[in-house]
Amino acid sequence: MARPVNEINAGSMADIAFLLLIFFLVTTTMDVDSGIVRRLPPPPDPTVKPADIKERNVMNVLVSSRDALMVNRVPSDISTLRRTVKEFIQNRGNRSDWPEQRIEEIEGLGNVPVSRGIVSLKNDRGTSYNMYIQVQNELAAAFAEMRNELSMEKFGIRYNQLTNNDWINAINKAIPVAISEAEPEDVGGK
Amino acid sequence: MSRFRKKGSKTLTAISTASLPDVIFMLLFFFMVTTVMRETTLIVKVKVPDATEVQKIERKSLVSYIYIGTPLRSQIYGTESRIQLNDRFATISDIQNFIIAEREARDEADRGFLTTSLKVDEQVRMGVVTDVKQELRQIGAFRINYSARKRVEQ
Repeated sequence: MARPVNEINAGSMADIAFLLLIFFLVTTTMDVDSGIVRRLPPPPDPTVKPADIKERNVMNVLVSSRDALMVNRVPSDISTLRRTVKEFIQNRGNRSDWPEQRIEEIEGLGNVPVSRGIVSLKNDRGTSYNMYIQVQNELAAAFAEMRNELSMEKFGIRYNQLTNNDWINAINKAIPVAISEAEPEDVGGK
Repeated sequence: MSRFRKKGSKTLTAISTASLPDVIFMLLFFFMVTTVMRETTLIVKVKVPDATEVQKIERKSLVSYIYIGTPLRSQIYGTESRIQLNDRFATISDIQNFIIAEREARDEADRGFLTTSLKVDEQVRMGVVTDVKQELRQIGAFRINYSARKRVEQ
């Protein structure tokens, strides 16, 4: 009569397979797609005259073909761009060459000053894409910071942690992302 | 009766876990097969810039991709920045037709939410990007996304 042969212990096989499984789960990047979301303006209509915007309300940001930055015709640096934009849009000191503020009543916030300022971004054909994205990023960051500050002041939590849609809309109304891209011009060639 | 009981009580074996690895392997194969690495094979070099203010794309089925960069096989195709649509090189004039084709492929209800993701190499000059953006404006594809990697701020 044959004796019952002891099986090879296959219990640890599961652990090995688990390790492999976890390895694959962790390493397969699902190719998460992220980026800076923008809305392009509709093509210019030749029959409609462009809206008049006062010069004091516009901040001209120009990125040259050498990736140099000019803010309102003054050479500038990307490290100070965020602060410059914030100061310009907020215009705390009510300077006459900085944008107007209009007190508006917004539901959930009460009376808040809404800046009429617009950042106009212009680039050259020779500007590198990286520099362009860095400038876009700094502009987006400036508006995000202003929204955060207002949200902290009014609701006590950061803007990106707001869950109440009414509050989000109120903040969006108080600080609209006013970044406009100027009509492209051929200047520096390729 | 007592005979059976004796037999059972003598060799009390543990439940065999030998099939457990097979179950796990099946899971493993499932994950290995279903994770799609990339849908289109890139023929241009794209290393997107990094930025801090990035947002995740929510509905990936409503995104069409435009790749711009220098060709990977530069000894054949040169070093000038090229546009890639689907699996081949394209020119500026192909953009509008590409967007129309992308719209046709979607449900009618979703067409308004179509986003164009620009996957552009960081060394590309803005001229070609501007041209692409002008074409997108002409065809009415206003929602765009400058693809960028998340950078953690110090």
